[in-house]
Amino acid sequence: MARSTGDDAQALFHSLRSAYAATPKNLKIIDLYVAFAVFTALIQVVYMALVGSFPFNSFLSGFLSCIGTAVLAVCLRIQVNKENKEFKDLPPERAFADFVLCNLVLHLVIMNFLG
Amino acid sequence: MVGKSEPVNDSVKSHPTPPPSPLSPKSPDLLSNYFSFKTLKLKTKQQELLIRVSILCLVYVLAFMTRLFSVLRYESMIHEFDPYFNYRTTLFLTEKGFYEFWNWFDSESWYPLGRIIGGTLYPGLMVTAAALYWGLRFLRFAVHIREVCVLTAPFFASNTTVLAYFFGKEIWDTGAGLVAAALIAICPGYISRSVAGSYDNEGVAIFALLLTFYLFVKAVNTGSLAWGLASAFGYFYMVSAWGGYVFIINLIPLYVLVLLITGRYSMRLYVAYNCMYILGMLLAMQIRFVGFQHVQSGEHMAAMGVFFLMQVFYFLDWLKHLLSDTKLFQAFLRMTVTSAVGVGAVALGVGTASGYISPWTGRFYSLLDPTYAKDHIPIIASVSEHQPTAWSSFMFDFQILLFLFPAGLYFCFKRLSDATIFIVMYGLTSMYFAGVMVRLILVATPAMCLISAIAVSATIKNLTLLLRAKTKAPQSVSGKGGSSGKASSKGSLDQSPPFQKNGAIVLLFGAFYLLSKYVTHCTWVTSEAYSSPSIVLAARGAHGNRVIFDDYREAYFWLRQNTPPDAKVMSWWDYGYQITAMGNRTVIVDNNTWNNTHIATVGRAMSSYEDEAYEIMKSLDVDYVLVVFGGVTGYSSDDINKFLWMVRIGGGVFPVIKEPDYLVNGEYRVDKGAAPKMLNCLMYKLSYYRFGEVTTEYGKPPGYDRARGVEIGNKDIKLEYLEEAFTTSNWIVRIYKVKPPKNRW
Repeated sequence: MARSTGDDAQALFHSLRSAYAATPKNLKIIDLYVAFAVFTALIQVVYMALVGSFPFNSFLSGFLSCIGTAVLAVCLRIQVNKENKEFKDLPPERAFADFVLCNLVLHLVIMNFLG
Repeated sequence: MVGKSEPVNDSVKSHPTPPPSPLSPKSPDLLSNYFSFKTLKLKTKQQELLIRVSILCLVYVLAFMTRLFSVLRYESMIHEFDPYFNYRTTLFLTEKGFYEFWNWFDSESWYPLGRIIGGTLYPGLMVTAAALYWGLRFLRFAVHIREVCVLTAPFFASNTTVLAYFFGKEIWDTGAGLVAAALIAICPGYISRSVAGSYDNEGVAIFALLLTFYLFVKAVNTGSLAWGLASAFGYFYMVSAWGGYVFIINLIPLYVLVLLITGRYSMRLYVAYNCMYILGMLLAMQIRFVGFQHVQSGEHMAAMGVFFLMQVFYFLDWLKHLLSDTKLFQAFLRMTVTSAVGVGAVALGVGTASGYISPWTGRFYSLLDPTYAKDHIPIIASVSEHQPTAWSSFMFDFQILLFLFPAGLYFCFKRLSDATIFIVMYGLTSMYFAGVMVRLILVATPAMCLISAIAVSATIKNLTLLLRAKTKAPQSVSGKGGSSGKASSKGSLDQSPPFQKNGAIVLLFGAFYLLSKYVTHCTWVTSEAYSSPSIVLAARGAHGNRVIFDDYREAYFWLRQNTPPDAKVMSWWDYGYQITAMGNRTVIVDNNTWNNTHIATVGRAMSSYEDEAYEIMKSLDVDYVLVVFGGVTGYSSDDINKFLWMVRIGGGVFPVIKEPDYLVNGEYRVDKGAAPKMLNCLMYKLSYYRFGEVTTEYGKPPGYDRARGVEIGNKDIKLEYLEEAFTTSNWIVRIYKVKPPKNRW
């Protein structure tokens, strides 16, 4: 069982890599951005676990800032992806403007909450 | 929509451009000709727009007007209990500014504890009213802040009707939107909380609730980040206005979950929910009273769980898209799902066990289990608006909507879409909550109106379609222009039996009869039941004339004028807000029931013998005691009728107080057969002091209590530690002064 799972995982990994290579470049950039944001969030969680969450609002705003950016970037990625037929009426410029607006609000709120 | 849109499109095709008209009429005669000519020649689409806009305007005005009964009957004043606190804080906000308001520590209530007002209230209502006030001032309208407060709720009710129109348009069509606007404008379930003078959180909160839902549905339909952001702002407004926002933060995840389970997951849903949740949560945290609850309290965990679920779901969806091989994907799915569920369960378990995630609050429990409050939290159960709803009040508040609701559900299920699923879920859940708690009828009202509007609109549309399809002659009568005849001829392909048309006419008349009944019922309910301020009481005199009892204000004014400014007044918590707002005196407890022990202490004092009560009153620095007594006027919600709750709440903290001591064979009575402890407790003595000398009703012995219909049991009451300070003209409010300690014996 363990052997087959390992094989599966390996095959999975390979096919994933080959499939992902076909992704357009702009989507890859967004993916990198999302990965970076999630990674930053993880660092903050680890730091919180080690040091403690005392100014809780500061931790929350830092963490939610990363999560929020990541989620919004994923939304942007969905909207600009040509393969999503649901959004073919939405021009990428409009999607990006929405994204910037949401980020602006997000970070204004975060700045207020940072304490 | 089929019935209307077809002729519209048809006419557009037949008249691509409006006929050019003369631009400079010479005489008034020509002018009038020109106008009538023009209105006749308006395109059908324009006519429809004109009719729609004018209906909306009329509904807007109607929603405002129907809430003004109380101002016409009585005067422009704030009603009931909680609105007085809101009024007082708004006054403070407009006088001292926002920062003072935000940092306000109120030492005039909850003596000697005080209350941090800025951190323990929902500021949305006050800020809204203050903004309206400042706006009007800026436009040089010299209004008083009280007028603004009195009219805030009707104003927002009017805005809600417009919102209902747009919401109805979003989930069904413009016709349903118009009907929804008309229904919600006069629905008694909503009017009960939004008449002029009812300056309470719910007045703006229902607007905010509907706004959030509308924007969210719009975001789901369009999949746009901007609408998601707008709904987050709607949510922020709701959080700032009312504690009922918990309903939103649970309903929306539930809706998302249902869509996921039924396989209606879409990218649009992902965008809408995530944007709304993250931004809405962050915005809500800015309200200090809510604070970290979104990440800590159990009531908000559903939303967070669904948020994570969405991420997992999206990620899996994406991988599935990447992987063409389903077998590989299933293997992957097995691994991730097992680990994700395991991690989630462990996190929840650790969080709950370590006390990081707080358990649900009492009010939330009592929503899920209606008997919970009765057994565990008397202070919640004692409030009449937290009682389970009776059937009659459903009928009273909804009337025909109760029958239209299932019909509307049927239509929704027939045309299932993301939006109709939302309104169905909103309707069903809020109906359940309305059944659990009387005051949540308010939350169910918009859903009832929208779903009923769908039923009305769809039915009438079908019927008129039938009528139009049969004959071509009545088309010109219906005022839709001659061109619609062509369109309807398409519909009359199937030759239906002749009585079908008559049946449709009968049904249409039936529908109009029902709707007109609804209008009369709503107006009657509004004028009879929901427009009394409850601070001024009205009764019919012996000759049918109206008698006004203005005793409350008389008493509070007396307090304001005749007691030292730092006097401390003890009363049951119901009157706390009014005493601080109108009497401007410090109170021991008020309607913000945040400290159960403090309230229990007052309850204990009221239910003890005079000498024991004196000790308690001394320890609380009480100068005056205020009781409300309805024995002379027959006013039934007085302190004697509330007394058992004082005993229960007092006994819940201090076991010295036992409820059976005040009952005789489980019966609560105040006449000769009453329990000895009852006849000598402080509340009884203060209520009935010198009442034995008064003849209240002709043919009855002196000391006849008209509220309870009995002759009182203890007519010879002597007060040792208190003295009567003031009794209002109808004896409704009685104020006693606590004597200083004796220095000689």
